[in-house]
Amino acid sequence: MKHHHNLTLEMELPKDARRIVLAGNPNTGKSVFFNALTGLYVDVSNYPGTTLEICHSRLGNDVLIDTPGVYGISSFNDEERIARDIILSADVVLNVVNAVHLERDLFLTQQIIDTGVPVVVALNMVDEAAARGIEIDTGLLSEMLGVPVVPTVAVKKQGFEEVKAALSRAQPGRLTPGLAERLQEIQNRVGNQGDALLILEGDAAVAERHGVEPGNEREDIYRRRRARVNQVVEAVVRIAARESRFGTVLGRWMIRPLTGIPILLLTLFVMYQVIGVFIAQTVVDFTEEEIMAGIYEPAVSSFVGRFLAEDSVFGVILIGEFGVLTMTVTYILGLLLPLIVGFYFFLALFEDSGYLPRTATLADRVLTGIGLNGKAIIPFILGFGCVTMATITTRMLNTDRERRIAVFLLGLTIPCSAQLAVIAGMLAGLGAPYLLMYVLVILIVFLVVGTVLNTIFAGRSTHLLIDLPPLRVPRLGNVLKKTANRAFGFLREATPLFILGAVIISIMQLTGALTAVQRGLAPITVGWLSLPMETATAFIMGIVRRDFGAAGLLTLELTAVQTVVALITITLFVPCIASVFIILKERGFKDGALIWASTWLIAFSVGGTVMQLSKLFGGNGDPNVALVLAAFAGLGGAIILLCRTIRRSGRADAAKSAGVDAIKATE
Amino acid sequence: MTLDRVRRGQTFTITNIPDALIRAQAIRFGIAEGETVFCEEVVPAGPIIISKNNQEIALGRGLASQITVDLR
Repeated sequence: MKHHHNLTLEMELPKDARRIVLAGNPNTGKSVFFNALTGLYVDVSNYPGTTLEICHSRLGNDVLIDTPGVYGISSFNDEERIARDIILSADVVLNVVNAVHLERDLFLTQQIIDTGVPVVVALNMVDEAAARGIEIDTGLLSEMLGVPVVPTVAVKKQGFEEVKAALSRAQPGRLTPGLAERLQEIQNRVGNQGDALLILEGDAAVAERHGVEPGNEREDIYRRRRARVNQVVEAVVRIAARESRFGTVLGRWMIRPLTGIPILLLTLFVMYQVIGVFIAQTVVDFTEEEIMAGIYEPAVSSFVGRFLAEDSVFGVILIGEFGVLTMTVTYILGLLLPLIVGFYFFLALFEDSGYLPRTATLADRVLTGIGLNGKAIIPFILGFGCVTMATITTRMLNTDRERRIAVFLLGLTIPCSAQLAVIAGMLAGLGAPYLLMYVLVILIVFLVVGTVLNTIFAGRSTHLLIDLPPLRVPRLGNVLKKTANRAFGFLREATPLFILGAVIISIMQLTGALTAVQRGLAPITVGWLSLPMETATAFIMGIVRRDFGAAGLLTLELTAVQTVVALITITLFVPCIASVFIILKERGFKDGALIWASTWLIAFSVGGTVMQLSKLFGGNGDPNVALVLAAFAGLGGAIILLCRTIRRSGRADAAKSAGVDAIKATE
Repeated sequence: MTLDRVRRGQTFTITNIPDALIRAQAIRFGIAEGETVFCEEVVPAGPIIISKNNQEIALGRGLASQITVDLR
């Protein structure tokens, strides 16, 4: 058996079992294959150092291992690194190829063949290809690639038996022309064709494992491979007339702003109806109030109460106001879990339908202004569900710089669903002008802070470069499985942090630190924000759980302006303690502390500015909301203009001393 | 001219992609230098969507402005 590199997935392998690896581009129907071939008993492991879940299962006497969908196996991102390592350790690769996208998909196929591993190609979605007038000569394809090719329609379960049978006929295919001679020398040194190929293609990680210098022939090999793939496609594919389908037309509408924005708003509205209304109210009322607070908490309190006094140190930590066994469990299972499942469900739906990359394309224009690209729309939408969950998702962004900006903006400006429910309730009673005031102030802060971060952080962000797969109706089974996997992954990752947070807050409560912070905060609250002293308590509660903070305002007697100012401040104020931990984990201590401290500063500056402006444009009566907003937008606009000027002059400087920036950009 | 100035419905050949990493990704997608592609859509001030056969790719405007093309 080949050596395993750093692939430490825990799985028991029978002695003569083969490692059959399932590989393919995104959107090839690979996961449908996995489910159909393996049945119910699937093990999910977390790949070391990532949140990517790798499924593996027994397949007869062998083991079938899934890989993330990738366009090639180089070190361009986490998915590729993982797919690379799993493929390099394979005994057989089952490569699923989308018959509609042969030109794109065969690049990966040819790269896998070039590693020298025995391959079987499953030519999937042949029905869809036929419907589009694409005819493929399977026999010729098999001959040109040098490996068995089996036509399949995974969603209709066609061709699976043939694929299973073909696995025993798997064989190494024909290499990219001109590659064999070059591989020879390095292969003699490292002893393995797959590793030799990746070293030649300049893969630093693989080269380091063998203690050799990475090669610089990636581009040349890629070009030859592309030429070979085009040659194969040319020979085996016949395209009849290409007609316009409804999916194609709808896909266009999703991208054009005039139709795309209404479609996006409609989608968000449906999400709001399902998650914000049905799940957050009906479902959570039942899970949080009836089950957790009504049945679970009294039961666990009385049980623990038998062994511990409720006001003892451990009593407070376990079953007190913020108890690990009471509040934490209720919060995670009763409140968060239903919401998280709802959000992940929609995410999977958007992914599988092909809507997600189109949303990213539509949002790209706005997000490039704040140093991100269209892809960042995903964590921001998820942030309205749970900022902790969204922060984990920022890993999908291309560079560290983009992740940093996105995490900062998430922690600062995005109110999570728990908080949003309370905020919406309080704003509803105040009327449209104040609702607008809240929304616009937060939006302005988002844009201004994003622009400032884009100006002060060194380096450059990446541009959008994504594949737009054809739109299709998602498979419910697949969507549900993704949702379950992710929700479970989230619970496993976030639960310890919620527990740690609860313990720290209980200790702060026991030592009186909580009240001390409240007293310290009071002068700012009264003097600068013109809010009652008790509001400070609400802010501090916001450190624990953001909805606690917002809910703390409900009991206070506030004027309309005071309510809006308090809500703006509490939205911008520190993220909940679990988010803080995940931010620390993702960004390290320095960045995490900076983000946390900045939220204090920005929350109180913005809240105070809005309050002072309201006094200026209204005295003691109701302020002129339009004037307040205009003045605030003016301030924001001035900062953005300043940043633009700095960036422009910075770019001029950079042009003079080029090179320094490039080094920073790669960190 | 550069890719960001292409209009919807135009067919053109990609002549130069300066960034090596982007070039590698483009080769994988089949839109490498020398390939002839079609402009499907231009989002106003936003990304450019190009296609080759059934393959569609969205490129950010900043990226498109670095890529040189020849109209057919």
